[in-house]
Amino acid sequence: MIDTWRTRLYRFFRRVWTRPRIDLPLAFALVVLCGVGLATLYSAGEGNIALVGGQAARFMLGGVFILLMSRIPPSALRNWTPWLYVGSTVLLVVVAVLGEGRGADRWLNLGIMRFQPSELMKLTMPMMVAWYLHPRQLPPRWKDIVVVGALIAIPAGLIAKQPDLGTALLVTAAGAFALFLSGMAWWRIGMLLAAAGGMVPIAWHFMHQYQRDRILTMLNPESDPLGNGWHIIQSQIAVGSGGVFGKGFEQGTQSRLDFLPEHTTDFIFAVFSEEFGLIGVCAILVLYAFIIGRCLWIAMEARDTYSRLLAGAIGMSFFVYVFVNGGMVAGLLPVVGVPMPMVSYGGTSAVSLLVGFGVLMSIHANRKVHD
Amino acid sequence: MKHLRRFKDTRGEGEMFRRRALAGFALILLGLCALVGRYVFLQVLHHDEFALRSVNNSVKPRAIPPARGLIYDRNGVLLADNVPAFRLEVRPDQVQNMNEMLFQLGRVVPLDQDDLDAFRKQLKQSHRFDSVPLKMRLTEDDIARFAVNRWRFPGVDVVPYLTRYYPLGPLFAHVVGYVSRIDADDMANLDPDRYKGTTHIGRSGLERSYEDMLHGTPGYELDEVNADGRIQQVLETHPPIPGKNLYLSIDARIQKAAEEAFEGRPGAAVAIDPRNGQVLAMVSVPEFDPNLFVNGISQADYKALITSPDKPLINRALKGAYPPGSTVKPFMGLAGLEYGVRTPQDTVLSTGVFYIPGQSRGYRDDQRGGVGTVNLYRAIEDSVNTYFYKLALDLGIDRISAFMGSYGFGRPSGVDLPGEVSGILPSREWKAKHSPKQPSWYPGETVIAGIGQGYWSVTAIQLAHALATFAGRGVPYAPRVVMATADVGKRSVPLANPPAGPSLIKDMKDWQAVNDGMQLVIYGTDPFSTGSGVKLGDGFPYRIAGKSGTAERFSRTSDAYNENRNTAYLAARHRAWFEAFTPAEDPRIAVAVVLEAGAWGAKDAGPIARKILDAWLATQGGAVPPNHPLPESEADAAPASATTTATPADVMPEDTPQSDPPASDSSSAGDDSQ
Repeated sequence: MIDTWRTRLYRFFRRVWTRPRIDLPLAFALVVLCGVGLATLYSAGEGNIALVGGQAARFMLGGVFILLMSRIPPSALRNWTPWLYVGSTVLLVVVAVLGEGRGADRWLNLGIMRFQPSELMKLTMPMMVAWYLHPRQLPPRWKDIVVVGALIAIPAGLIAKQPDLGTALLVTAAGAFALFLSGMAWWRIGMLLAAAGGMVPIAWHFMHQYQRDRILTMLNPESDPLGNGWHIIQSQIAVGSGGVFGKGFEQGTQSRLDFLPEHTTDFIFAVFSEEFGLIGVCAILVLYAFIIGRCLWIAMEARDTYSRLLAGAIGMSFFVYVFVNGGMVAGLLPVVGVPMPMVSYGGTSAVSLLVGFGVLMSIHANRKVHD
Repeated sequence: MKHLRRFKDTRGEGEMFRRRALAGFALILLGLCALVGRYVFLQVLHHDEFALRSVNNSVKPRAIPPARGLIYDRNGVLLADNVPAFRLEVRPDQVQNMNEMLFQLGRVVPLDQDDLDAFRKQLKQSHRFDSVPLKMRLTEDDIARFAVNRWRFPGVDVVPYLTRYYPLGPLFAHVVGYVSRIDADDMANLDPDRYKGTTHIGRSGLERSYEDMLHGTPGYELDEVNADGRIQQVLETHPPIPGKNLYLSIDARIQKAAEEAFEGRPGAAVAIDPRNGQVLAMVSVPEFDPNLFVNGISQADYKALITSPDKPLINRALKGAYPPGSTVKPFMGLAGLEYGVRTPQDTVLSTGVFYIPGQSRGYRDDQRGGVGTVNLYRAIEDSVNTYFYKLALDLGIDRISAFMGSYGFGRPSGVDLPGEVSGILPSREWKAKHSPKQPSWYPGETVIAGIGQGYWSVTAIQLAHALATFAGRGVPYAPRVVMATADVGKRSVPLANPPAGPSLIKDMKDWQAVNDGMQLVIYGTDPFSTGSGVKLGDGFPYRIAGKSGTAERFSRTSDAYNENRNTAYLAARHRAWFEAFTPAEDPRIAVAVVLEAGAWGAKDAGPIARKILDAWLATQGGAVPPNHPLPESEADAAPASATTTATPADVMPEDTPQSDPPASDSSSAGDDSQ
């Protein structure tokens, strides 16, 4: 206790700066992905420099977070986990009670900036599940599975009620992946999936009308030619007309002539597919697969259960983003608000994803430390 | 098991995780392959089809907002109309420099600060690809000047639309309400598909409460556009379904007469048909011009309305809750009879002051020295406080609040208009909830509740509703302003309004006794009768039953009240009420009038009620039923009814059909004789 907090903080930042403990292959893949994202945004936003600059600034901020998070050892994260989880859940309740937002009450106004607690939950959820399973005997039995199920259901329910189905899906998936990676028996997984299938009619009953409409519209886009059906039809035309080789950078007509709505945010991948074709799609999916694979590799290298489960769950939930957004753009899945990671324009989700990668960097750096 | 669990098999877990991670990755690769499969399906197998659609993709859908339903009075007088107009719209993403563009545009089409403020606010809240209205209701001059300069302003367009117009202006401002521009806060609560292209939404009155019916369903057209997005050709049109038209039960002629009867003095009046709950007139004075709000009210106009001491924007009929004073006495009398506490012949001695046994505080009568021995009839006729003080004590507050509550006091009447207040029905529960410092109930509070003072507060619609319920022999109907709706081009369909329950009255003899007492208020010859100097029934062919009410706004703190009994002083201290229904034997209209600053109920509010009844009579054909000869002064009656029929006819923009043919009137007169 000789050091003041000031000198400790100074030492912390100096260490971050002089010896960043990052995994180079993962960092390199992320830089490439961000570059592709900015280029696509430049084209989709019709050369709007302010749009690209804003996104680049967020990537910078995310990079700083990666460096900072990489210095926080997983054991410290594990100690904070229950508090982070309780804190985020309380924030979700606060938002539910007095939140404000456009259409959906998911923002909390902090005076200087608006903040979305559900974004925080994307990271705290796998942390909490990993924290819970860490000291227990694995593979988990029904009792632990039920507890984990409750840990997932409470925040996911609060988020789904906002209503933000996309984020609720991502949060649920992150928790579920941690459970999957903990070695939950296949027959138990099969039973749970069967039960979930049986819940579909009940879930349908509790959905908002607009959510039902989205699913019905996906099945028959022509039924809603003005609203979501229009999005789906125009998005598929964009993708399909791209062909194998694409129309070329800045040559996509669908977004340029305003046929494609939301073409810088949720539907930006349609612009990408139109301009770079199937080859571009395959290339970027390989890049995504590499990132996910590298995350799982880092997870396998880790020594303790908490780090393993957390790293694996973060990597696997990255896949959910790609699959849900790519499937939505291609008319395979209903329209839900899930962005294409690092490509869609949007503030908090890019930053929170990069914070997650910062946690991975820390797990990578501490792979030799035995707990 | 506990013992085993403590020692985790760390090495085994690591191996298990490795297997799981590989399985997970395999599943992910499978998922990505499925995704690639879909892209191959779209980009390779169906590439030709989509490429063709992309090249031919010059067709855009455009929402066509539905025409808003029109609003008519009961005879088809138009109250809310749609008139064609033009507005300027801006597509933000096609404007390079917004400030420069607005500056240049301002030199072609005059843009005032209100337009610019509203535009900038909406600009922040909308997508860059959505058109934002800049200036509504362009003049022909504006359109011509812009057309010449249009090439200088890419992304700016003149767009035709339908705007709302209220031909009768202030007369129906509080009932019909108004529409105004949709803003981002509204959008958050609306179905975006249903409101695509719609610029206005009902903001108050019926425009708000019937928004769902009035709005309609949007249609769309498929437009062929060129590379700039300008429409070349309309390929296909799916017309919108217009909103439903509304028919009010209000008669514009009665409404007009009621409004004029106030002569600008703040107050409210509501007339209801006791047979079905239909509102025949509802006025709140002063009024305002609803047309100001439709295309955005200017700051100056809005400030003037907001700061006006008479608060013209408030619908006093629904939101003005005042102490009801003596207007509750008929209901108190009825409660005494129905609970078996009194018979109509039971008497009470009025000495001028009433004391609760064992207490020294006195409760005053209106006449110093009292009026002597009175039964129920004279108690109502002369509005004798002592009779009702004692009755209230004998009934007790619980029975009073239960009985009054059943007539709708203390809760919204349920009229189909937004923003109604509950008023206050004195009860132990109410006091316990609202007066935490002194939650218990005192007998003195029961005593003054018996004459409509104390905690009481009542709105005009509540009193009209209660009176109509009584007049309709106790059958409660929720008040309704809208009588029927109609799809465009179809016949109107009446809206069902079944009674809310069976008759509240146990014995029709009780009803008759109170009714007789209320007729004495109008026709009584007693020197103390409240209505004796006013002669409210003169020249009216049907029997009227009524009751005045004069409520004090402040408690009497000095003797000034007894010394300055001049009208101006009293008017500043009193609220004047009058309630009346007619024909007394088979009531067809019940009216409640409140005057915010009136000296005496009968003298100041009474004539307003009478004028409303006169106007109603004129709409019934003005026929005199043969079995009810005019009481006196037949000469006065003719000009009175002549003026009331002439006035509404003057203000009506078009010839209005008579609601009832003369034949039906004589048949209803026949009913009276039965």
